[in-house]
Amino acid sequence: MKRSYVSAVILAIVLVFLYVPILFVIAYGFIPNGISMSFFNAEGEFIGFTGKWYAMIFSGDRRLEALLESFWLSLTIAGIATVVSCVLGTTAALALHKWKSKLQAIHHALVYTPLIMPDILIGISLLMLFVACCVDCGFWTILIAHITFCVSYVVMTILARLQDFDDRIIEAAYDLGAGPWYAFFHVQLPILMPGIIAGGLLAFTLSIDDVVITTFVNGAGTNTFPTYVSSMTKHSRNLPAVFALSTLMLLFTCVLMGLSKLIVRKDNIKTKGKQ
Amino acid sequence: MTDVIKSKKSEWLTTLPSLVWLLLFFAVPALIVLAFTFHTHTPNGGVGPWSLSTWRDLVDPDYPVIVWKTIRISFEVTLWCILLSLPCAYAIAKLPKKWRSIVAGAIMMPFWTSFVVRVFAWKALLHPDGWLQACYLTWLRVSEWMFNWLPEFLQKFFIAIGFASAQKVDPMLSTVLDSEAAVVLVSVYTFIPFAVMPIYSAAEKFDFSLLEAARDLGAKNFYAFRKIFIPGIRQGIISAILMVFIPTIGSYVIPQMLGGTECVLIGNKIFMRAMQNRNIPHASALATLMALAVLIPIGCAMWWRRRQEVRDKKRLDLRTAHLMTGGEAS
Amino acid sequence: MREYGIIRAMNNEFLVFDHVTKRFGALTAVNDVSLSIKKGEFFSLLGPSGCGKTTLLRMLGGFERPDSGRIYLEGKDITDLPPDQRRIHTVFQNYALFPTMTIWDNIAFSLKLAKKPKSEMEDMVDSILEMIQMTDHAWKYPSQLSGGQKQRVAIARALVDRPQVLLLDEPLAALDLKLRQHMLLELDTIHDQVGITFMYVTHDQGEAMSLSDRIAVINLGKIEQLDVPAKIYEAPKSRFVASFIGDTNFFTGEIISVDGDYCTIKTEGFPMIKAYNDKNLAIGQRVDLSVRPEKIRVTHKPPHPEQGAGINVFPAKVQDIVYQGVYTKFWIKSQELRIAAIKPHSRFLLDEEAITWNDDVFVWWHPDDGYMVEVI
Repeated sequence: MKRSYVSAVILAIVLVFLYVPILFVIAYGFIPNGISMSFFNAEGEFIGFTGKWYAMIFSGDRRLEALLESFWLSLTIAGIATVVSCVLGTTAALALHKWKSKLQAIHHALVYTPLIMPDILIGISLLMLFVACCVDCGFWTILIAHITFCVSYVVMTILARLQDFDDRIIEAAYDLGAGPWYAFFHVQLPILMPGIIAGGLLAFTLSIDDVVITTFVNGAGTNTFPTYVSSMTKHSRNLPAVFALSTLMLLFTCVLMGLSKLIVRKDNIKTKGKQ
Repeated sequence: MTDVIKSKKSEWLTTLPSLVWLLLFFAVPALIVLAFTFHTHTPNGGVGPWSLSTWRDLVDPDYPVIVWKTIRISFEVTLWCILLSLPCAYAIAKLPKKWRSIVAGAIMMPFWTSFVVRVFAWKALLHPDGWLQACYLTWLRVSEWMFNWLPEFLQKFFIAIGFASAQKVDPMLSTVLDSEAAVVLVSVYTFIPFAVMPIYSAAEKFDFSLLEAARDLGAKNFYAFRKIFIPGIRQGIISAILMVFIPTIGSYVIPQMLGGTECVLIGNKIFMRAMQNRNIPHASALATLMALAVLIPIGCAMWWRRRQEVRDKKRLDLRTAHLMTGGEAS
Repeated sequence: MREYGIIRAMNNEFLVFDHVTKRFGALTAVNDVSLSIKKGEFFSLLGPSGCGKTTLLRMLGGFERPDSGRIYLEGKDITDLPPDQRRIHTVFQNYALFPTMTIWDNIAFSLKLAKKPKSEMEDMVDSILEMIQMTDHAWKYPSQLSGGQKQRVAIARALVDRPQVLLLDEPLAALDLKLRQHMLLELDTIHDQVGITFMYVTHDQGEAMSLSDRIAVINLGKIEQLDVPAKIYEAPKSRFVASFIGDTNFFTGEIISVDGDYCTIKTEGFPMIKAYNDKNLAIGQRVDLSVRPEKIRVTHKPPHPEQGAGINVFPAKVQDIVYQGVYTKFWIKSQELRIAAIKPHSRFLLDEEAITWNDDVFVWWHPDDGYMVEVI
């Protein structure tokens, strides 16, 4: 029992280690002075909290225009990239699951290698492609880059789901008279849906959080939220607004997750109630 | 029907979208990068004629030092992550079922805030006036004291591989921000959930009654942990190592924001060459080196695993063959 | 021999396999199998795992295409028809119910595809739900059902649009013993009610014996024997059939004399054995004699001379005794051979004193109770 005691202590330490910076992210959102990034003035006196950054965000203050714009761009790109990579990922996962040919060996290698490549390599190679093709970097190049690195993750998530999938179920559908399209849309897709949603969520988080690849392909003037933040210097006056916005995002995700948990639980109760 | 569904035509139709996309935006760019390494660069940021000069330039004493530093730091980060996540994963897997998913979720939750924002928070935390600076100085003193106890050849060896520096600790100059320690610390912070998750999911499937069986047969707790638990979750550990090692090799945001001038890694060099100096062939060559630094260990790991599998299979075949002939003889 | 199937097909045989062969790489899963099944029959394919019985079933379902040979259903060649165009439905081993649909929708699946009018569809689903006594569970999802309930739903789903043949692929393998016995009875009842041809694949001889009109015993892709259950048990055509169906003792030897209906076999390391020579085998023929354990008696004293002069009696020593409730199984060593014998628990049959380990006993059986299989 001593062993699990030691491991529990290490787990607790790691959890603290993980959460301390998050607490600071939340706290920094209430800093009054955006330049010194401190709750204390030069004399070491506490100068209190402020909610002005939140007010600026909600009123769409002009000083935060670029920040908010980059935030909306991030959401747009993450949204489109999620949808496209889910479609590509689903077809790819189905192909990889169903056939075991030479073509699929190549396909598998192509899907798998981006996962083991550091982001920066994907970023620079795409930059080289755009340089070689003389394409101006901007919205579209960011979108292409995001779809490219999201697809592999979506495929892996759906493939994991397909592994538990009993192929006999599709055979049963054919056996009872369904054609391939009917069997796909009425039997296979509904079963795969949780996997596709999980893959989509992963793609969305990856896309909205990506800074490395985006810095290579965003070109001048187009900034997503992470690249905009990383380009802000320490002396930017509005740094606390970034932390405030992050706190809002965190809150939003928490609420979303809580809601989805609640819906799942309600669904369980509903189906159980019918017993 | 099976013939229709499994036909070549439908295989191509399902494969084509993702295949074409990845060929266009992953395979072709990789080849372009490779091709660019055999070009010279032009002063205006373009690509000149074919030449081997880029590869010759890589002998520049700066580069090998940087490559080595990148690999060393990646090893350090991976080691810390694995050492910490093994007991974590074990502890989570031992929790009651209801708590398991909650704690596992708690490990992943920091990811709901932006990575860059978290690094910014660390930057503020590591401020020279902060309490982490004091911790850092103590750590330096202790390690210096321990270092002096080592035999001389080991001291020389550690200095040679860049694990220690020959200079004395100077409290005025040693700031935790812009140091290698800061890069390692924040990298561990960033990547540890990626190490805990695969190990945890392997540990969750692990049959804990095996540990009880080992204890029952007289094994000490730690012995059972080492001999039964670790081999049992080997697959999870391997993927955890990959999940940490690969992004650390390629990391450039963390060293750029927290490493200062002391900790410049390949990632930063690639970024400088590509975006600031506009020396595209050099950036390509460094990228190729980085790809090799990732592919070679993974290739070795895969080769080793395949060899292991083949050996296991051979052993099994031999054993069954033995059993069968033995069965016939009796 | 090519005409076999065509002639059968023209003679309105219901379901015909005509020299069907299927290979997977180097493995020949089904090797030149021909067989014909009557309408309304309960037909079983029985064999060890990997013998090719499931492949045979999958070819009938349309999931595999034979490398050579044809399959006819009611005189029509269905070999190349895709599964959705055959009126043959399968009950899969692990049920393969659609997890995202309710029980009702699962059963209505084939009717929806056939574009049945709504009221007719509802009637059909409701009546079959009633037949399998699952009306109360219609709006549940498969994950909320027990194994036996899932099994019944799978059968109902396959039966609801009245297929020409129902294929059952080891349908009871995943159930526990009690439930299996219950489902056996239920399957039999359903077969009697619907009158559809059932083709049943199993490796469990008990299931095949109790359900089937006829059984095909399959080994290594070939039919070893096709017969009614009693014949398969009592008169196995090969050593494989004899050992696969039930327990048996084998005595290998050579016929050294023939005396009317009986013959004498000289076995290795064992005395002469008399056996019924129903196949009129000649002297010098090598044979395997199969004697089922329940036909062998074990007693302390040799049989009374009146009980028959011609019976086989051998002195032996008891090695192992296994009490099994319904009967007791003895392992007895006589010369170099280990013989299994079964003794039911009945007062009449019990010896005056119980048989225990290391007892010297006699084993004996009537020559009619042995069955000879030629050694080729």
